[in-house]
Parts: sequence; structure tokens; C-alpha cells
Amino acid sequence: MRGENYSWWSLLKHGLRHHDEWEPAWQRTPLAPAYDTIIVGGGGHGLATAYYLAREHKQRAGRIAVLEKGWLGGGNTARNTTIVRSNYLWDEAALLYEHALKLWEGLTEDLNFNVLFSQRGVFNLGHTLQDMRDIERRVNANNLNGIDAFVLNADEVKARIPLLDTSKSRRYPVLGASWQPRGGIAHHDAVARGFARAANRLGVELIEDCEVTGMDVEGGRIKGLQTTQGYVKADRVGCVPAGHSSVLARMAGFRMPLESHPLQALVSESLQRCLDTVVMSNAVHGYLSQSDKGELVIGAGIDSYLGYGQRGSPHIIDHTAAAIIELFPMFSRVRMNRQWGGIVDIAPDACPIIGKTPVQGLYFNCGWGTGGFKATPGSGHVFAHTIAHDEPHPLAAPFSLDRFTTGHLIDEHGAAGVAH
Amino acid sequence: MLRLHCPFCNETRDEEEFAYAGEAFIARPPEGVSDAVWGDYLFMRRNPKGWAWEQWQHTAGCRKVFAVKRHTVSYEIAGSWTLAEAKPMCEKDVAEAAR
Repeated sequence: MRGENYSWWSLLKHGLRHHDEWEPAWQRTPLAPAYDTIIVGGGGHGLATAYYLAREHKQRAGRIAVLEKGWLGGGNTARNTTIVRSNYLWDEAALLYEHALKLWEGLTEDLNFNVLFSQRGVFNLGHTLQDMRDIERRVNANNLNGIDAFVLNADEVKARIPLLDTSKSRRYPVLGASWQPRGGIAHHDAVARGFARAANRLGVELIEDCEVTGMDVEGGRIKGLQTTQGYVKADRVGCVPAGHSSVLARMAGFRMPLESHPLQALVSESLQRCLDTVVMSNAVHGYLSQSDKGELVIGAGIDSYLGYGQRGSPHIIDHTAAAIIELFPMFSRVRMNRQWGGIVDIAPDACPIIGKTPVQGLYFNCGWGTGGFKATPGSGHVFAHTIAHDEPHPLAAPFSLDRFTTGHLIDEHGAAGVAH
Repeated sequence: MLRLHCPFCNETRDEEEFAYAGEAFIARPPEGVSDAVWGDYLFMRRNPKGWAWEQWQHTAGCRKVFAVKRHTVSYEIAGSWTLAEAKPMCEKDVAEAAR
């Protein structure tokens, strides 16, 4: 492993040298004519895949490169609301996200890079009797899967989130919540940079400004890729292109059961510390947390139409602001600093697609929709295994593309609700 | 906010009056096809980056469904037509894209 370890000692040493001699966190390399394994997409999931390939499957993976059309971690990784949780209803999804959450818990040490993972708990509020019944069902399912989850009544929620308006006079009164104490948030940029640095130290080559423009498929097998930096040969290609999955699949000659939608989010000006947890509500549809800088980070719902424009319609923001004010009336005069959109690829069952494709040697990891950030390390870990062994990781097997032929969908759309 | 034209009401209104109704002109396969063909029909989508033919319903107006040609990157709208008017135009676009 190359590069120096970050530690108290290195901080002290560089501090004495006025921090002039830190080496770059990773090396940029030009595109080589051939690799054994190429990962297309340099976001969190792609970089995590490359890291786990290099760490656990080096023999099989050989020479690894990550191709990124823009800059590392500049897509949805930089555009999400950074919530991490694993309280999903169905076994397949719960086990996959719990696998990710366990990796999150040791990620800072693993990567030797502080990803600022803060297990501040996640509350999913219930506003109707049916909400509460669904919450009880989900919490019981979580407990059976070994995931920490509790049902709280309105008073217990109020005791933990004093600013939340739980009065009965609200139009959508809070009746209770599910609570996952191990959930929380992490720092999105730190995750991308941590994985990029750790992967690079293990010999993964990172190539930015390199957009894939075509796929060379011969006799049903991937041979190489056309890119904006020229042709590159590859034995195995793993695609982790998020919103552009359908575009890449079309280059390889097949379709994906995906729709790419804009998903918007916004942050406020920096405030004093006032919210030390993550609050989500499916019924009024809003979710928020407070970042380390003190900004309220607020997530909206998806825009209904297809969109690759990284922007959505303003009425979606209006609805989200109304939902946040319903929950926290005192935020009504908080000013918003920034608002943006990402492109989320949504599958019919709101679950990811991980695994083999009709083209040999070509693998896809996509369809994470509105909730991919929380899965970053787990997604990379199971996808690396899938690529290295040409067989899905046991946790990824239920998420294969052929579930849309067999009908074995994992219906988290209805179960985990829309808010991610 | 998109501004959409309803060809039935002959009015251009805000997006909030309408509901998005997905990709237009997905042909239903005949009875007795294989699971693969049926799965394709149910789930697989073109999801194009560029010009797309899509259905919108005028939910807060006449409640009728019509076709819109819209660019999925610039969000520019080329026009709205009834489904019957739009079908040959869409088929022409698809044939040109395949060439």
C-alpha cells in the first residue's frame, strides 16, 4: 500500500512543517490501452466497488480502473441528503442495507479517512393510524432481522425531538414514530474522497473527464469501451452510472426497467445547533437533518417526469417546505441557501438492480433510486464480489435483473415509503 | 415548472394541473407470450436522454390523456397532440433513431 497513513502523528509532523508537504490524496493517471476490470462511474458506489475489488479480490480483478465522466463524487454522491439507515421492511432489502450499515460503522478506520459518520438516530414519523400499524409491522420485521428499531408514541418522540410540533391540533398530528438509533448521517464528499484515496492506495487507477460513448460487444461478450479519451480494452466492466444507467445499457444493446427522474434537495443558512437527529415523514413528505455546519438539509420528493437535467419544478420545493413547516413551525422563517436536483434511476419496485446482464463480462449496479447513499459501502462490497466471481454475492442475488422476468419483485415502494 | 398544452381543452396551463403518465405508445403484446416478453412490456423502458414521447393526463381539467414530445435534458416541449395524432409521429422518430 502506498501513501502515508493519516494519524495524530502525521498531523503533528505536518503541523510542524506548516502543512506544506502533504501529498495529494490520490494520483491522477492517464487512460491506459487496456485493463482487466473497469468500473464505469466514479461516484461513491463505483469507488467503493473498486476499493473492495482491490482489497478482497485483487487476484481475480487484476488491473483496475475507474472511469468518471466528470469529477470523482460529483454526481448524486454530492447531491443527496446523506441519510444512513437500514430499517427496510422486506428481508432482502433489510439484509442488504444492514450489511451496508455494519460496514459504515467501521468505515472511517477501514479507509483511514474520517467519513464523519454520525449515528444520531433516524425517526420515521407516523401521522395516521395506518401509518402506526405500518410502523409496528416494519419495526417487528426489523427486530426479526436483527436490526435495531423501536416504536415510540408521540410523547416519547417529543421528549427526543423538543422542536417537533406534536400537538393534536395540527392538520397531520404526529401519533408516534419508528426509531433506529444506529441510523444517522455521514459526510458525502468525505465518503467519495475516502474511497477514492483508499482505492488508489491499493493500486486502482482513477481517470476523470472520461465519458464512455460506446461499448464494444462481440459475440455476446464485452471487449472494450469507446470513451472520450479513446478506446480501452477490458475483460470485465462494472457499470455504476446511477441516473445514466439506461443510456449505458442502450450502448450494450439492452433495456433497463428504469426511469430517471429529478430529485431535489435544499439547505438552509447555518443555524445554531437545534436538531441532533434525522426526522423523516412519509405522510407529509419531507425529511431533514442538521449538518455539521449547522445547515438544515432538506430532501424533497421526486419530480414525476423523466429528467436528466439535474433540476426539477419549483412546486415540489413548495410542497416540501410546507411539510417541514408542518413538522417544525419554528423553521418557517429560516432562509434557504441552495437548492439543487440530482438524477435518480428508479426501478418499478424501488430496489436496486445488482448483477449480471445479457452481455457476458458486463455487470450493472443501478436502480438505487432515491436512497442509494446509505448503501454505498454495502453496494460496493457485494458488487465487487459479483464482478470478481461472475456470480452474485448471496445478499445481491435477489436483486438480479431477471426478477423483472420471474416476477420476484421486492416491493419496497409500498413498504419503506417514498421518503428516503 | 413545465407549461403544458392540453389539445382537448386547447389551453396551456401549469404542470400542477397535469399528472405524468409515463412513456407513450408501449404496445401490449398478444395473449400467451413468454414471461420475458411480458416482463419487457411491464417493466422495460426506453428512458431516453433527449427527445421523449410521453403521456400526460389533464387531471385538474378534462381528465383526458394526451401525448407530449419533450426533451429530457433541456425540458423543452416540442408540442402536445392527441394520442391518435401523435402515434405516427412517434413511430417516425423511433424509425429514424434506429437508422
